[in-house]
Amino acid sequence: MVRNFLFMESFFVRFRNPLILVLVLLAQTIGLAVQVRRPVVSNMATATPAAPTAADSQSISLIRYWTSSFVTPFERFFGGIGHNVRAGWSNYIDLRHTRQQNSALQQELANMRLQQAAIAQDALQGQRLQALLSFQQHYVATTVAAQVIGTSGSELSRIIYIDKGSKDGLKPDQAVITPDGIVGKLRDVFPHTAQVLLLDDQTSGAGVILASTRIRAIIKGTSTGRLVINNLTSDSRIKSGETVLTSGGDQVYPRGLPVGTIESIALDPDHQPYTTIQVRPAANLSQLEEVLVITGTQTELPQSARQDLAVGAATAEDQAKAAAAHAAELKAIEDAKTAAQIVADRLPSLRDPNNPAQDPNAPQALDPASANASKVPKPLPTLRPDRYTPGSTPSATELTPGSARRNTPASPSYSAPVTDPEAPAKKPRTSSAPQTSNPN
Amino acid sequence: MPIRSYTSRRELEQHSFHPAVTLLVPVAAIVLQAMLPRPFPSFAIFDLPLLITIFFAVSRRSPIAGALTGAAIGLLQDSLTGQPIGVNGIAKTILGYAAASIGLQIDVENLSTRVLMNFGFSLLNSLLLFLIHRRLIGIADFHQSWGRELLHAVANTLLAIPVFLLLDRAKRRE
Repeated sequence: MVRNFLFMESFFVRFRNPLILVLVLLAQTIGLAVQVRRPVVSNMATATPAAPTAADSQSISLIRYWTSSFVTPFERFFGGIGHNVRAGWSNYIDLRHTRQQNSALQQELANMRLQQAAIAQDALQGQRLQALLSFQQHYVATTVAAQVIGTSGSELSRIIYIDKGSKDGLKPDQAVITPDGIVGKLRDVFPHTAQVLLLDDQTSGAGVILASTRIRAIIKGTSTGRLVINNLTSDSRIKSGETVLTSGGDQVYPRGLPVGTIESIALDPDHQPYTTIQVRPAANLSQLEEVLVITGTQTELPQSARQDLAVGAATAEDQAKAAAAHAAELKAIEDAKTAAQIVADRLPSLRDPNNPAQDPNAPQALDPASANASKVPKPLPTLRPDRYTPGSTPSATELTPGSARRNTPASPSYSAPVTDPEAPAKKPRTSSAPQTSNPN
Repeated sequence: MPIRSYTSRRELEQHSFHPAVTLLVPVAAIVLQAMLPRPFPSFAIFDLPLLITIFFAVSRRSPIAGALTGAAIGLLQDSLTGQPIGVNGIAKTILGYAAASIGLQIDVENLSTRVLMNFGFSLLNSLLLFLIHRRLIGIADFHQSWGRELLHAVANTLLAIPVFLLLDRAKRRE
């Protein structure tokens, strides 16, 4: 008995270190085994097959809460200092090119208003069609803006901490977005902070739809921090650069929010004939500062969006009216032109039968100069020319002040009564030309 | 010529730390590891808690203290992540124990030893995390990019040199 006791004592003394190591490891392994559960049914849409997304048990949540409560004050303090320094620099010091940016933004806003006007009509039509189909669309109704104060510190777990919690109305599984696209969803929510499970975490996922082809799929994160779709077979319609949107099927993210763009498509060597489609996230998931948590959705458009839509529709209507007025004006001008042409065609004096260029049915002259020259109406030859006949009056350069008036042969003209004795000697050069003379 | 036994060498080079240092340095490492990747995303390549675990383990030269320190740091790290609590805890427990055991055998004050030791333990940490995810948790499609893990190991080694030199000042010889 004593020998056995001594043996045991010497055994424990000799193997004390490995025994304690085994005990510590065993305790942690049991704890790990308790936590690892099968995916729950409600999260099947976004759960990866082997990476459970089941919520933590109360005791585990409590441990996380304690640690978070201990760490986040430091993160909040230093993060606040950094935020204030950055805000002071960017809001008060680094204001170069602000005017140019302002004017560029105003220009962009004007362009966007035009685009909005174009889209508003489609949106209204879409709403009418959805109403006909009794489709319940979920629009973002209320959001809570939050600031990112920390991370998990591990690349294997892509989690960020935000400075809003259950006291601000946040709940687990609420969608987190930025204006660029979706970010992830809330995981554990504490009173003043919350964990956001990023979309590129290996346990994360979302229901998506490809924008142009309307193919539905599930996007997932990987252990290397990439976004992939791997539940689609090869399809020639899917191209790189296609936009990926949320489908709304996962009951977490509202429909139509941007997720990213397709970066590459390749056959999955492990799961033929499926493909691995890599997606570049629309939001910059590695450097987030402010995010929006969607705390409520509604089936009708929010008031502000409805006002925007009304403005867009009104602009579109104004544009349509202006376009119609412009078209009517053009038509009137065209009609007026046509009437003038008809009148011109009917005027016989304006038509020269010897000049084929005046024929409206004749082909137009290629040379513009000759075309213009041919358009000048030429009078018919005069049968009895007089002094009013075109060309009978000599040009001013041929006239000499004080000299007697002469009649040119080609331009017979009226001759005044002659008082000069030599006057009868002056005869017209052409006797054949008619002449108006004194009757005596 | 004096004969230095195993025990006497161990006793000569065994260090202890002020309780404040023992408590605050691991906490500071975890807080910094959680904070810095936000403004500097590339900081996530480092594993500051791992370096602190190795440092305390090799300095104290006690496998039990190394294992317990590693377990505490790893569990704290896990509680900030979305992973099950125990993943980093198990990995760092084993690392703390191994580092303390190695610290008994070799001179860990030497710079080249520190470089090799940190590089090797960083790779061992990656391997342990891979095994825990694949075997214990059962994530069949868990993949590690081993090229990236090599890069992690190099980065951790480079960061370990100044961190160890800084923490050497906090040592108290028993």
